[in-house]
Amino acid sequence: MKQYLLAVQLDESAPAPSDREFKEQMARTGKVNDEMRSAGAWVFAGGLVSSHATTVVRPGNGTTTMTDGPFAETKEQLAGFWVIRVEDLDQALAWADKCALACEAPIEVRPFDEYSQA
Amino acid sequence: MDLETLYRTEYGRCVATLTRVLGDIGLAEEAVQDAFAVALQKWDQPPPNPGAWIVTTARNRAIDRLRRESTRQARHAQALLLHQPDEPQEVGPVRDDQLRMIFTCCHPALSPLAQTALTLRLLGGLEVGEIARAYLVPEATISQRIVRAKKKIRDAAIPYRVPEGAELPDRLAPVLTVLYLVFNEGYASTSGELLRTDLCLEAIRLARALAELMPDEPEVIGLLALLLLTEARRPARVGPAGELVVLAEQDRSLWNRELIAEGHELVRRCLRRGQPGAYQLQAAINAVHTDGPATDWTQVLALYDQLVQHVPTPIVALNRAVAVAEVHGPAPALAIIDELDLPGYHLLPAARADLLTRLGRTADALAAYDEAISLATNDTERAFLQTRRARLA
Repeated sequence: MKQYLLAVQLDESAPAPSDREFKEQMARTGKVNDEMRSAGAWVFAGGLVSSHATTVVRPGNGTTTMTDGPFAETKEQLAGFWVIRVEDLDQALAWADKCALACEAPIEVRPFDEYSQA
Repeated sequence: MDLETLYRTEYGRCVATLTRVLGDIGLAEEAVQDAFAVALQKWDQPPPNPGAWIVTTARNRAIDRLRRESTRQARHAQALLLHQPDEPQEVGPVRDDQLRMIFTCCHPALSPLAQTALTLRLLGGLEVGEIARAYLVPEATISQRIVRAKKKIRDAAIPYRVPEGAELPDRLAPVLTVLYLVFNEGYASTSGELLRTDLCLEAIRLARALAELMPDEPEVIGLLALLLLTEARRPARVGPAGELVVLAEQDRSLWNRELIAEGHELVRRCLRRGQPGAYQLQAAINAVHTDGPATDWTQVLALYDQLVQHVPTPIVALNRAVAVAEVHGPAPALAIIDELDLPGYHLLPAARADLLTRLGRTADALAAYDEAISLATNDTERAFLQTRRARLA
């Protein structure tokens, strides 16, 4: 079994969804979560506050400096993620399909590095 | 059979089998290369079943190699190897391995160039240098793409299996696209000379293999028929001075009768199935072109009407317009072409130029030829357009 990160990439410059749209999105992603749990694929999932609340801590000269804002100033920012445990990339992509439709945003699928898992 | 020919024919097959056994393409390739190096030293005459000898030797070399390494991955692979029963040598499983390999190489999670390069390397047995020359890119570029793709296959766990059921159509599409593009690159290469015969032959060989592996997929049969019927006309497509000869002016006695007969038989097989698709329709169009002393354009147009439904792209609409011109005359065809948006595609102004010539609008035709000439990327096509323009001026 392999673990994959399904990262929700959200265009923060796009207008926010209406309350109703937001509730529908949450209902849909809730369903995907339930489906993942009953399939035994669900490991962890969570949504993030938008990137204005981000801080980056960088190492240098044995100390660190802190900067405000996300690491990369791009329109698309990480808005939430799933961690799933499945057999292979095809299975991960099948879940990513459902996630993308549920939250109406692109999903980046990335395998975990097996040798660095705690 | 000399070792070089053997390498070309057996490399892909052996790597495909070893990949199933070892679970890693990179390890499989190293092992197969090791085995060929041993063969080079040991063989006076190849053994009766050289492929089996290579697989067995490669497997043993892989075990030796893995014993020397102590990474987790190596231990895992070694465990797999030692628990594997003797490698199957029957035809069935070996073919399945190659089929798995095609689907892994053409997985949609890989970039199109990587799909093509991997397919030519791992299934065609082409060297990186040959692929680079065929695509006129530096060897390092192809080599990097292949290394990166193999890394992604391993790290992201792109599965080594043939997709089934509902998944198959989506996964088969890139496989067919890769074979089609390889053929096309050989047939009308994007730069330099017009034909690269080796790429055409390689695409046909792979399409034949795929058709043998999946005889019930009509689009696979359709693709093979399309490639055969196109290839059949190759000897007549370029004249004695290397110039391009259009279909209407080709010497039909130069066409390859055997390939045409085979292509027609495959098209009939598709028709009996009655599940038309883009490749089958294109094959049928080419079957009409190669049937009898002249093309029946009414039939060609009827097929393009269907094709446009399956593939609603401006390029198909442009080709359909050429058939419209033959059936209904140049004016309605020009009206269709003038609606199309195909920036940078030299065949659009080339087709316009031809229609304008027929309509007697010489000045407009000359301008259209100039545009086509400035956009053409390969020397032969440019020369062809210049000849046409000169005839008119």
